[in-house]
Amino acid sequence: MLNKILRLLEDDGRLTPEQIATMLGTETSQVKELITQAEKDGLILKYKAVVNWDKIAEEQVWAIIEVRVTPQMKAGFDAIAERIYKFPEARTVMLVSGTYDLAIIVTARNMHEVASFVTHRLAPIEGVQGTTTHFLLKRYKEDGVVLDDKNKGMRQKVVL
Amino acid sequence: MTINSKIQNINCCDHIARRVGDIAPSGIRKFFDLLASMDGVISLGIGEPDYPTPYHIREAAISSIENGYTMYTPNSGIPELRQELSKHLKNTYNLDYADSQILITVGVSEAMDLAARALVNPGDEVLIPDPCYVSYSPCVVLAGGVPVMIPTCEEERFEISAEKIEPLITEKTKALLIGYPANPTGTIMPREKLEEIVKLANQHGLIIISDEIYSRLVYDCEHTCIATLPGAYENTVFLGGFSKAYAMTGWRIGYAVGPASIIAAMTKIHQYTIMSVPTMSQVAAVEALRNGETSAAEMVADYNRRRLVMVKGLCDIGLSCFKPQGAFYAFPSIKNTGMTSEDFAHNLLMEEKVAVVPGNAFGRCGEGYVRCCYATSLKELYEALERMERFLKKRGASQAATFQV
Ligand SMILES: Cc1ncc(COP(=O)(O)O)c(C=O)c1O
Repeated sequence: MLNKILRLLEDDGRLTPEQIATMLGTETSQVKELITQAEKDGLILKYKAVVNWDKIAEEQVWAIIEVRVTPQMKAGFDAIAERIYKFPEARTVMLVSGTYDLAIIVTARNMHEVASFVTHRLAPIEGVQGTTTHFLLKRYKEDGVVLDDKNKGMRQKVVL
Repeated sequence: MTINSKIQNINCCDHIARRVGDIAPSGIRKFFDLLASMDGVISLGIGEPDYPTPYHIREAAISSIENGYTMYTPNSGIPELRQELSKHLKNTYNLDYADSQILITVGVSEAMDLAARALVNPGDEVLIPDPCYVSYSPCVVLAGGVPVMIPTCEEERFEISAEKIEPLITEKTKALLIGYPANPTGTIMPREKLEEIVKLANQHGLIIISDEIYSRLVYDCEHTCIATLPGAYENTVFLGGFSKAYAMTGWRIGYAVGPASIIAAMTKIHQYTIMSVPTMSQVAAVEALRNGETSAAEMVADYNRRRLVMVKGLCDIGLSCFKPQGAFYAFPSIKNTGMTSEDFAHNLLMEEKVAVVPGNAFGRCGEGYVRCCYATSLKELYEALERMERFLKKRGASQAATFQV
């Protein structure tokens, strides 16, 4: 039941406990309890909107930064990751397998700010061997939502 | 010039074959035209999945085109598809259908037409539930037969029964044409009732044409495949499809399986009128049968959530509605509004821009009801329910209705 609730909320964080209860054929009180507990236990971290920033004429750039690091004796990659995620510019920090180690998603007002983040904050960290910065050019799909869905409106209005 | 003036003298209407002309033009055509001309409408009138076909299925068809697999196929379908279907029916229902008992068709639509044409002699009667899917009666009429309606009602969840059918049987009765889960009601039939119907059909030597296009869309229960019931296999033409289970309505593919003699007769018509089903669609169907179950299950789970939202929502705003267990339709009663189903649909569309299908489009017994298809996004469902509530409140008709489970 909890998993089903989490799946529904992951898709639409604004569903009410009543709505969820109807969809899952259970009691509202049970859904409320499970959600409250999930929030307390940190299973649900926060509720947010998926915004189509491309439609908003606000200066903002996104970059994906690959970081190669030398793991440290005891802390492995964690210590470096922690140093990096403390910077507010870093929205997302992930350890990944492959040719680099940490993937960071950064937002800033312009390219200059990203460059400055990389050279002044990221590169000097001990253990960081090198970085590759990819600026985001266009977004096609965000969190499962296709941004410019060409198929919308293709359906007939009535089918018996 | 002379030729032109001659042509103008011909009244083409007089030349339409009578059995076609006699099919009454659908009264709701005007309603649909009106709907088509309007913007901002939330349509609960679309009887098809709101998903595109799962991508792996589309890809299979794309690669078939890329590989130049674009010729006619054997009349009854490509061997891979017939084999895969045979396996599928064995695994799902433990039914054995040999190659000679399988015909791949242009949807259940074609399969139904073939079955009617293969079985019906002029004047033969075919028993059909009322209300039912809009094609059943015309298919019988076009085949030269006479549809005989089996009345059903909400109190009995729009189920048919042997008792209801028996008095309608005459020496002209040839077949039963039924389909469960049902469009427009969402009704599924209890196994025992179907068993009695099969028994009755056998007593009177009737063929059962069973349209099981919605077989994959059942909730909180298992689908009863008529051909699996005692005594049914030998006299049942079982029609099935891909449209609803795998969201493949536009591919136009389905199948008929049944007694070899009937399938052979149907294949004869198919061979001369269709030749073969589009090749890419057949390739796509193979992929659907091999690897489509995960996507189908996800879609069914999603329809189920929307079903529960729809039924509760309708009851909450004052439209009583039995809980449908199949397909993706709710069929609420609008009798307490005092409107006919056509007026209800028309006024709702004009005032709140929500489209539902008047129940009388599906037969006389559908009067007093409207069909609401919940295969649309939850966001639209909630919005539609809100608009419908406003519509009902204006008329003082909105009090929470009884919630029949
Ligand atoms: C009950 C019923 N049978 C058959 C069909 C047609 O199915 P197909 O797409 O396989 O021709 C439909 C489509 O709406 C339906 O509702």
